[in-house]
Amino acid sequence: MSPAIEIKNLSLSYGDIIVLENIELTISKNSFVSIVGPNGAGKTTLMKILLGLIKINSGNVKIFGKLPNEVDPAFIGYVPQIKTMDRSFPALAIELVTSGITRRWPWFVKGHEKQKSLEALSLVKATNLANRTLSELSGGELQRVCLARSIVRNPKLVVLDEPATGIDAIGEADLYNLLEAYQEKSGATIVMITHDWHVANHHSDFVLLLNRKQVSFGPPAEALSEENLRIAFGHIGHLHKSKLINN
Amino acid sequence: MFEILSLPFMQRALVAGTLVGFLSSYYGVFVVQRGLGFLGSGLAHAAFGGVALGILLNQEPLWIAVPFTVIVAIGITYVKDRTNLGSDTTIGIFFSVSMALGIIFIFLKRQYTSDAFNYLFGSILSVTITDIIFSTILVLITILLSPFWKRWAYSSFDRELAQADRIPVQLDDYLLSILIAVTIVVSIKVVGIVLIAAFLVIPPATSRLINKSFSKMTFSSIIIGVLTALIGLWISYYMDVPSGATIILLQASLFFIVMIIRSTKR
Repeated sequence: MSPAIEIKNLSLSYGDIIVLENIELTISKNSFVSIVGPNGAGKTTLMKILLGLIKINSGNVKIFGKLPNEVDPAFIGYVPQIKTMDRSFPALAIELVTSGITRRWPWFVKGHEKQKSLEALSLVKATNLANRTLSELSGGELQRVCLARSIVRNPKLVVLDEPATGIDAIGEADLYNLLEAYQEKSGATIVMITHDWHVANHHSDFVLLLNRKQVSFGPPAEALSEENLRIAFGHIGHLHKSKLINN
Repeated sequence: MFEILSLPFMQRALVAGTLVGFLSSYYGVFVVQRGLGFLGSGLAHAAFGGVALGILLNQEPLWIAVPFTVIVAIGITYVKDRTNLGSDTTIGIFFSVSMALGIIFIFLKRQYTSDAFNYLFGSILSVTITDIIFSTILVLITILLSPFWKRWAYSSFDRELAQADRIPVQLDDYLLSILIAVTIVVSIKVVGIVLIAAFLVIPPATSRLINKSFSKMTFSSIIIGVLTALIGLWISYYMDVPSGATIILLQASLFFIVMIIRSTKR
């Protein structure tokens, strides 16, 4: 049975600029994986490669045994950073969720689509947001709606790009609880980009520590060791964080 | 009041106004939502270059303007795609080149021509059956391509999400640019080169103020575009003023009225 994600000797460069170098890992199904690294480490680039948005120079990437651009998009739920989302776009939350079903923007939301969208919103406790416009939603509410959109097709892989950006601590905690609940219910694989080592340590089965090269990949206690953090970030941050990780 | 309907040139103008109102307002929603308001100006000035070339070559100007403007539209999209220049910079370059070429072509004509000024400001008297046929064909193409609305709307909202769902966003950029270019050319006789960009922007902007969803925004933009074109033509006939300017002033008035009403309701 093929793993969820298999990456072999992946490298990507633009001219002389190395973006990713020799990434090699296997992610089994039903795992929760965090990708951690400093700014410019290649985290978002790696995510875009998994989504089939960027072609690689060398190496091999397989998602459920297929090349990224050959995977049925219905298998993958994607939650982009909400800070890049156009919140001035005239849309209701239910329309945004429905776009996850149809993979197109709905002219109108049909009965069965509305039903499925409301079910997805109920999973993330956001049914009351269905008829609100995107501009009326707070950061946390928009993140929930985007999460509902990503899971409305029951994908086998959910990819999230810094989902905690722009939401408060309570919203963030809710988000991870919802993600874990969805994973438990569906058996999906979760891949999440985050800056927060504590979050990665607390919620992940595995962590990929990245700074263009693969610094480490493994369970949080191993991947986020002091030495690895120093290699990736150039420092280990606040002492209490490293103590949390090592405990 | 209704006697103008018996006048052949007004009949043609009203039909053309309806068709142009539909096309400009439909494509205008994508122009507005993608922040491409300047594209309308850029392509309108490209159309000027094409019209001037047609006058210089003693050909029907709009037949030359169509391929000329389409080439500019493709050029703008290509340069935007291949460089890290912003939309406004890219459009500004092509805008300037087209305008400069248009000026040179008119100069090379070596004789006074009123045609150029008619195209600049619009002339409903010069709308022909051929113009109407051409506009009708474009409307039919637009209706045939109506399923593309869903793709274009999706990529207008979030380009990356659309790409992740395998929508060929770059191909759609070219297609949309070409259709907007042709729309601008067919609209010239009714509204004029100087003001056609406003026709692409004002009805969708007004519609945006009163609608919460993109589909309703599209629908009401079309209604506003068609009605203001018809009423504007009617007013321009009775007041004996340029039709293009009248239509745009009517649209702008409606926009400000809607904006004020919306503000007072908050």
